[in-house]
Amino acid sequence: MTHLRVPLWGVWMMVLALLAFVVMLVRTIKRYRGMHRSLYAWPYGVWMVIFTVLPLVLIAYYSFTDKAGNFTLTNFANFWDSNFEMKQELIKMGLDPAEVGMAERGLVNVNTLVYSLWMAFLCTVISLLIGYPAALIMADREFKMGATIVVLFVIPMWMNFLLRTIAWMSLLEDNGLINTLLSWLGFGRVQLMYNTQAVLLGMVYNFLPFMVFPIYNSLAKQDVRLSEASQDLGANPWRTFWRVTFPLSMPGIVSGITMVFMPSVTTFFIPRVLGGGNTEMFGDLIERTFLTANNWNGGSALSLIMMVLILASMSILRKVDPEGEGGSVI
Amino acid sequence: MKKMLAVLLAVLMSAAVLPLAAAEGTVVVYNWEDYIDPDVQDLFEQETGIQVKYVNFTQNEDMLVEVRTSPNTFDVVFPSDYAIERLIKEDLLAELDYSKLPNAENLLDWVRDLPYDPQGAHSVPYMWGTLGILYNTTMITEEVDSWAILFDKKYQKDVLMWDSIRDSMGLALIYLGYSANSRNAKEIQEATQLLIQQKVDGIVKAYQGDEMKDKMVAGEAAMAVQYSGDAQYAIDLNENLAYAVPKEGSNIFVDAMVIPKDAPNMDNAYTFINFMLRPDIAQRNCEYIRYSSTNKAAIDLMGEEYTSNPNLNPSQEVLDRCGFYEDIEEPFLTLYNNRWSEVKNAK
Amino acid sequence: MNKALKRTYLGLILLFLYLPIAVLIFQSFNAGVSRARWEGFSLRWYRELVNNRSIMNALYVTLSIAVLAAIISTIMGTIAAIGIHAMDKRPLSIMMAMTNIPMTMPDIVTGISLMLLFLFTNITRSYWTMLLAHITFDTPYVVLSVLPKLKQMNKYSYEAALDLGATPGYALRKVIIPNVMPGVITGALLAFTLSLDDFTISYFTTSPLVQNLSTLIYSEARRGIKPTMNALSAMMFVALLLLLLLVNRRSSQSST
Repeated sequence: MTHLRVPLWGVWMMVLALLAFVVMLVRTIKRYRGMHRSLYAWPYGVWMVIFTVLPLVLIAYYSFTDKAGNFTLTNFANFWDSNFEMKQELIKMGLDPAEVGMAERGLVNVNTLVYSLWMAFLCTVISLLIGYPAALIMADREFKMGATIVVLFVIPMWMNFLLRTIAWMSLLEDNGLINTLLSWLGFGRVQLMYNTQAVLLGMVYNFLPFMVFPIYNSLAKQDVRLSEASQDLGANPWRTFWRVTFPLSMPGIVSGITMVFMPSVTTFFIPRVLGGGNTEMFGDLIERTFLTANNWNGGSALSLIMMVLILASMSILRKVDPEGEGGSVI
Repeated sequence: MKKMLAVLLAVLMSAAVLPLAAAEGTVVVYNWEDYIDPDVQDLFEQETGIQVKYVNFTQNEDMLVEVRTSPNTFDVVFPSDYAIERLIKEDLLAELDYSKLPNAENLLDWVRDLPYDPQGAHSVPYMWGTLGILYNTTMITEEVDSWAILFDKKYQKDVLMWDSIRDSMGLALIYLGYSANSRNAKEIQEATQLLIQQKVDGIVKAYQGDEMKDKMVAGEAAMAVQYSGDAQYAIDLNENLAYAVPKEGSNIFVDAMVIPKDAPNMDNAYTFINFMLRPDIAQRNCEYIRYSSTNKAAIDLMGEEYTSNPNLNPSQEVLDRCGFYEDIEEPFLTLYNNRWSEVKNAK
Repeated sequence: MNKALKRTYLGLILLFLYLPIAVLIFQSFNAGVSRARWEGFSLRWYRELVNNRSIMNALYVTLSIAVLAAIISTIMGTIAAIGIHAMDKRPLSIMMAMTNIPMTMPDIVTGISLMLLFLFTNITRSYWTMLLAHITFDTPYVVLSVLPKLKQMNKYSYEAALDLGATPGYALRKVIIPNVMPGVITGALLAFTLSLDDFTISYFTTSPLVQNLSTLIYSEARRGIKPTMNALSAMMFVALLLLLLLVNRRSSQSST
């Protein structure tokens, strides 16, 4: 895979893209008779095409081809049934797949994806349940320290996330802080690490600020007179919250979910370090397929499937917040 | 304000170039993590004036990826036997000119012509060792002489396994009586089942890498699958530990020094390898990383302390039941990978 | 709701967030190597930190890439935002789609796709490919920071300036830029932060010889972080704290 040449179709594509650009450029200049501000965006546009669109095209290309460059759907078949290719080989060799335990579908790839989605879902829900009340408390206008506390929430976000995750090892290990404390108090040592709970803990820890911040922004932006009006009209605090405050904070919630769910599905560092290899997630799988198994086609197919899923969930979320005005990190 | 920015920019741009300036007299070495005496690097630089740029890897598979995707980068690489086989197949290694390696005469006889690289045409052996079980004698009362103990249900969450396909699948295959290089789908299937059962039974504490040896020293697990050098390191630090190579057989490995075909500093590469073959240097390395040496002059220097240590200098009987890993090609590589995913996924 | 209850709740969460950091900092002063045993107070790891070649190099790389990427992406992003703001509907939606892609793509796919690009075109991965990757994922954030400010701006200020005789360049500098400055600064800070902390994308787009802090930590993570890393993170944390306090003070000063 080291010395990949640019295939002929690639050269043609680049020539066509260049021509398209030149044509659009000329048309813009003609239309405005000279420089127009919209041309300022061109350097950026070209950059994005080269470094964002083209790499994605490559991923798509590799997903649909095999090592020799021929079109194939095997990579996707291998996702659905991890033994797909192997079964073909066995049949070619005249053996019966059923004898080697491959009678059914190899579910491992699909299971890993489902497991990752599940973990991401749990992480998102937990972050939401913990984070929303916190944001609510901080955004309360009567709470003077609110803004300062938000800053305190943001600081860990700025610290290297690898280090923060690894720091948990010191706490969760068999000889770590928590276990040492437990043994002093007379309880035995508990295995706190190398399991699902530890990975979930690490995930929530890393992503909680990303959930809190947009919700806080959204709540803080709300016109306080709306909830005042609601109370003036006779609603008690609970109703005010559910009917006024909460719905208005939806953009923030959506933003928070977006910023937590997607990275959770694809994280590969946290499960590796805190899960001790006991829990493999989809990010792990993609990385391993690309690098250890040297299977660029398979890895690309997995990445493509992942992207499609994420885009699908994004568009669903967009329906809830069409303006995209949820106070994200910006 | 603008001026400050410009100055800052200039400083940073020049600083950015610094780490990349291809210095006169460099050698880029790509080696396993913690697999050389740190003083050796300094000694080499002092004696030859050549600066050593050191990059680490933790698995052969990672190293293969980097070597494949980084042309003109590495001068000396330290792969293991089966990885060397693969690199030779992919035509990525230079054929060695032994006239530039006078110290090669210090090598043991049996490492000069190994199956993965006939006549040592592309590689110079560095260290070797065996795979076995490192165990804590205070936690295990029975005798440890078989892989079976790793699958014994009474050791709940007390076993550390390698997070490595070849090592874990390999030992399972050997235990079942097959070859660690099996290309038989049925055998691979059985090995997978065994490993899944081990996980489901709650025996495995974690699948890890280099961190295992420190954990064993700290007494966090009853046993770990370890290579002889790591085991010796742990034993040196905790006298309750012991190492055994199971009777069903195991893996013997040789790590060797190779030069990629497109190495940017070929001559420096030869100088470095020749330096490593010097008896006193080989001795230093051996005493630091605690693996078995391929250098007979160094072994003479170390004398009784080395030859009487069964982990570093195992008996012929032990050696006879160990075999090398071979390079596994497609479609079996994918099969091993898939099976390993299943093991990792099992709950 | 009880005030004390609310404060306790927040306090617990903050404890949760800062506990590992506190442990890290605490252990950076541990004279011993082991994470489990406290062997007395010592500054040795701080001393060793300065002498550790690989950590210092990685720090260099991390900081220089973050600053360079922030500067370049801010300039490109701001100019692009100004251009996008003046675009017609069709090209606009194409540009916005391209801007949103890196933000919705998981890091791992961004990183791997860029790696494929470099391999495909036979560009050897290096410090510069890592920089290119950083600029690529930073710029959309700058664009999305500046664009709202442009939308909020009075549409006619620019035209008015031109009518009054200003050249487009002058109008740009004196009318548009000051108005969008807050967005530009936010964008620049955002880009800097993202690049500083990036791991996944750097991992795939850099040469094995060039490591930033994150990839260095990752390569040591399996084995167990050496205490020198604890010292580094302690220092970074304090630096961060001071920086934020400083920014906070200046912004509260300027608003009074």
